[in-house]
Amino acid sequence: MRNFRLTFWKAVLGLVLIAGAAATVLRFVEGLGASTHLSDSFPWGLWIGFDVMCGVMLAAGGFTLTATVYIFNLESFRPIVRPTVLTAFLGYVLVVVALLFDLGRGYRIWHPLVMWNPRSVMFEVAWCVTLYTTVLSLEFAPIIFERLRLEKLIRIQHAIVIPLVIAGVMLSTLHQSSLGSLYLIVPEKLHPFWYTPLLPLLFFSSAICVGLAMTIFESSMSARHFGKHLEMSLLRKLGRALLVGLIVYSVLRIQDLFDRGALRLLAHGGYETGLFLLEITIGLALPIVLLLIPRVRESSGGLYLASVLVVLGFVTNRMNVAITGMEASTGVHYFPKWTEWAVTASIIGAGFAIFALAVKYLPIFASQSDHSAAVEVPAEEVLELTHAGS
Amino acid sequence: MSKGILYDATLCIDCKQCERACAERNGLPYSEAIAAEQKQSAHKLTVVLENGDKYMRRLCMNCQDPTCASVCPVGAFRKTAEGPVTYDASRCIGCRYCMLACPFSVPKYEWEKALPLVRKCDMCADRLAKGQPTACAEACPTGATKFGDREALIAEAQERIAKNPDQYVQHIYGLEEVGGTSVLLLSSVPFEQFGYKASVGTQALPALTYRVLSELPQVVTFGAALLGGIWWITSRRTAVAAAEAKSGD
Repeated sequence: MRNFRLTFWKAVLGLVLIAGAAATVLRFVEGLGASTHLSDSFPWGLWIGFDVMCGVMLAAGGFTLTATVYIFNLESFRPIVRPTVLTAFLGYVLVVVALLFDLGRGYRIWHPLVMWNPRSVMFEVAWCVTLYTTVLSLEFAPIIFERLRLEKLIRIQHAIVIPLVIAGVMLSTLHQSSLGSLYLIVPEKLHPFWYTPLLPLLFFSSAICVGLAMTIFESSMSARHFGKHLEMSLLRKLGRALLVGLIVYSVLRIQDLFDRGALRLLAHGGYETGLFLLEITIGLALPIVLLLIPRVRESSGGLYLASVLVVLGFVTNRMNVAITGMEASTGVHYFPKWTEWAVTASIIGAGFAIFALAVKYLPIFASQSDHSAAVEVPAEEVLELTHAGS
Repeated sequence: MSKGILYDATLCIDCKQCERACAERNGLPYSEAIAAEQKQSAHKLTVVLENGDKYMRRLCMNCQDPTCASVCPVGAFRKTAEGPVTYDASRCIGCRYCMLACPFSVPKYEWEKALPLVRKCDMCADRLAKGQPTACAEACPTGATKFGDREALIAEAQERIAKNPDQYVQHIYGLEEVGGTSVLLLSSVPFEQFGYKASVGTQALPALTYRVLSELPQVVTFGAALLGGIWWITSRRTAVAAAEAKSGD
């Protein structure tokens, strides 16, 4: 700790973690009633709406980018695979931590693995998240192996990486969409702005958009705060992909709202309309307009701004589904208690801190070590393997 | 033969004997203060609602195709052949999806406990197994809450409406709601006044999610095959390009 310097952000993190610790004590000693504003009328709040629903969405860069590099063989993206996989892995671990707070009996979190109910979307999500977290840990493992110079393990991991990535993409497709399917069961409770049979498709396609946006965001952040080289050509490509994703999502979303006649509800105004418009404006309209302007799309600042807007917009979307859209039917207004905010903020803070530590001590970014040489098999060897297989 | 409960609000005198018997059977406290509470909770599994001189019970409807049993990730809820929807507390992880999903918002939570469970009426499944009626039906002094075979109770409810058409709303609540429920309700005032929504519809809700879930095996097999194929093509292309570049040297 000789070189420890107290910066503004470290001080903020410290305060947040102290509040989080106090909230944790309250949560586990006094129970959910004392530590949340949840009630029989409103059983799911911030911890499900943000920590789980948004947490899983924000970690979607992992499957998007591994598919790009390993399945579509777009090699140029390889330098940013590692930070993205790290973010995804951290994201899922933190989602599980949040679940331990939210579940009434967190010590039974393993029950869905042995007590099956295949008719339940939650059961499917539980299995997918468990399996995908395992897949991510295996995708992340070579970084640790390299640090420890475990050459043999690196080679074993390399041999199974393609099936691993395919499994990861399929598992992500399933549970990203299933987080939307969870709400298919409440047609009478969820506001028509958000209830649609297309929920699984919308959740999946928005996860891809957010995955791309998060990749841009964290590359830019890393460039600013860790002095990492910013791969502008990659970010520009990601920006174009994000633009396409956002347009596809918008077409699906607006057409669905139109078909169901939900747009007419805009005339009623009110609380839901305000938050719906907020979501559409910052998550779709503004970033699409920004990314359509070539000068913005080509600049690091413009891409950064657009990605932040997309992330915030879709966080608003998930919160609207989980909280805003459920309030009218339940007849209560839910606003999280300080303890809920403190736990959520601590989890986010811990995420940033662990990411920073990992970047410092592990070969995450290409500039730190020649990692690609260590895991990549020379082309002729691949060719031989392919010949042998045919 | 599936059992049921017929509650006829026109016969109810608001004596709350059903509430007391229910608390006793479930090992819950009961007092004047609790009797005055006008909502279901983890310590009050059934409640007689008052609205002027009209009354209405609320209890778990024990659906024919229960949403809670469908959504529970650990299969804690089960629809038994006799009618009750039971809850196995030893499985529950406390995700509260049942509370969110139930169209009648019946399952309640022990919010004040460090290790909480869900609580709901289970139509006295243990008593039914012994051939006894539910505790509430046994305690009811006026016959407002009646226990019997569901089919017979439906016939009786139809007969009561037919005999005194001006006394009843022309509807048996629970006959078709969300695919039918073991609990059937008769009333002289619209059910909506007591929070029983007409908008729940007659379709059983589990189909809404099962329709999607049942597609997933196809999505996985097709998706994995597609990704594998794309990988094969793209990696082959890269390998060939590399080999050509090498031979060109």
